[in-house]
Amino acid sequence: MIRRIGATPAAVVAGVALTAALALVSVFVGVADVTPGSLLRGGSDGEAALLLAASRLPRTIALVLAGAASAIAGLIMQMLVRNRFVEPSTTGTTEAAALGLLVVTVTAPGLPLTGKMAVAIGFALVGTVLFLLLLRRLPVRTVVLAPLVGIMLGSVIGAVTTFFAYRLDLLQTLDTWLTGDFSGVLRGRYELLWVAFAATAAAWVAADRLTVAGLGREFTTNLGMRYGRLLALGVTVVATVASVVVVTVGAIPFLGLIVPNIVSLLLGDNARRTIPWVAVVGAAFVLVCDLIGRVLRYPYEIPLGVVVGVVGAAVFLYLLLRSSERAH
Amino acid sequence: MIVLQSVTKRYADTAVVDDVSIELGHPGITSVIGANGAGKSTLLSMIGRLLQVDSGTITVDGLDVTTTRGALLARRLAVLRQDNHLTARLTVRDLVAFGRFPHGRGRLRPSDQEAIDRAIDYLDLDPVGGRFLDELSGGQRQRAFLAMTLAQDTEYLLLDEPLNSLDLRHCVQTMRLLRRAADDLGKRIVLVLHDINFAAAYSDRIVAMRAGRIHVAGKPTEVITTGVLRQVYGLDIAVAEFGGHPMAIYHL
Repeated sequence: MIRRIGATPAAVVAGVALTAALALVSVFVGVADVTPGSLLRGGSDGEAALLLAASRLPRTIALVLAGAASAIAGLIMQMLVRNRFVEPSTTGTTEAAALGLLVVTVTAPGLPLTGKMAVAIGFALVGTVLFLLLLRRLPVRTVVLAPLVGIMLGSVIGAVTTFFAYRLDLLQTLDTWLTGDFSGVLRGRYELLWVAFAATAAAWVAADRLTVAGLGREFTTNLGMRYGRLLALGVTVVATVASVVVVTVGAIPFLGLIVPNIVSLLLGDNARRTIPWVAVVGAAFVLVCDLIGRVLRYPYEIPLGVVVGVVGAAVFLYLLLRSSERAH
Repeated sequence: MIVLQSVTKRYADTAVVDDVSIELGHPGITSVIGANGAGKSTLLSMIGRLLQVDSGTITVDGLDVTTTRGALLARRLAVLRQDNHLTARLTVRDLVAFGRFPHGRGRLRPSDQEAIDRAIDYLDLDPVGGRFLDELSGGQRQRAFLAMTLAQDTEYLLLDEPLNSLDLRHCVQTMRLLRRAADDLGKRIVLVLHDINFAAAYSDRIVAMRAGRIHVAGKPTEVITTGVLRQVYGLDIAVAEFGGHPMAIYHL
């Protein structure tokens, strides 16, 4: 039997080690002087140590968590829709979460962050289900139709959100939700991302079931599982991850699209095998893009969402062209 | 046995399956034939709980398909539809392993590994076990799905138009394989077939459907006759005998 690359434990260890190295670099890049040397000189209550604990470490942890979770949310969305070109930002999920966040910010500004997150998750769930219902009503199912419908739905929701944000003078706030930016991540402002991590851990536990669901309703039923339940589980994970990322650091466009596609090309679609890789590659990809954004105009920063958007759009286009070539 | 009692399925106000009562799943191969829209696939889908019945009951070895736990039924009955799963890049071995899901809830014990190996071996898929499904030929892919249902280790196997989109050679290979599975492994196979001569040559029983009802059920020699075929397909078809099988000459 042929062994695929990445199927070996050694490859997994190497991937994790590389990501850890990137994280280490990420911790030590920045305007202020935080290096292993300055840390040693300053001791545990020096300025460098303080900066490390309050800003640098939270930022790196947030990058890893948001990157891994967003990539996995994209993977799950692709399995549920059985289409490689969907992810929370092309299915209306992200926009719905932002709308929910706007609604709760206006109507209940005093609500704690977890409450706001819950409302955003609720809106994201509704948005995603709306997308799935819309898709089911479409007679033709070509590959590009699903993301097109999702982008249109997202645009409609986004237009409503923008209108009210404009009226209420919240456009700038809206922008921070929709464009991932990690420059403001501090201790105490990113911890909700662990909720996204927990949601993706749930996906890992249910990996085999999700793979089966990815093979369709009939396939799932034949194996004695309830398709509706798996769909509900998957949609919940996707909505939770998308909402938490919007609430904490802002959406990272295309990430959930590129990473699962690259992993699928190399390793296939058995989620049990691919989920750890999607998480690792997602984290590494975000770390690299963040480093680029921090170094390119040093000492100024380009928001991560912009860097990922540029790189992501190019990769997305390449994947689209490649698949239409293969289809012919 | 698979027992249907007064089973009806309607779409809008037309009954696609109309008050059908029949026993299916005798030892060997049973083929369901009939014109397009006669209700063959709908019948199979309802037995495989892919579609809900509107009225009537279906039981498999006494278990009602609408109320019995999915995993329990999945150990007795496997259904394979002609749906292409090309969107998923799974290896043949991964796919076959999913056939064991109803037995171990996803945990593969040594006995499951043996069942997977046996199924792969039985369908001569050893050389391509590590290949992705989208890298296989149509015939190999179909065998991979059949291997999965074999690994599922059910007594009953329901196949909806298994010969669809296969060339002649693969059609013959598939039918021989099913015959072998019925004879050697004691599988009880129910097929929906379009080609009545494949049905005549390989089946122990044939069920002919017409307008949502069972028209005739019996041995191939009882069903593949000029008279029955005229009623089922609305065509005058000569029937000759070859090697002990009735053969319909419908191309002329």
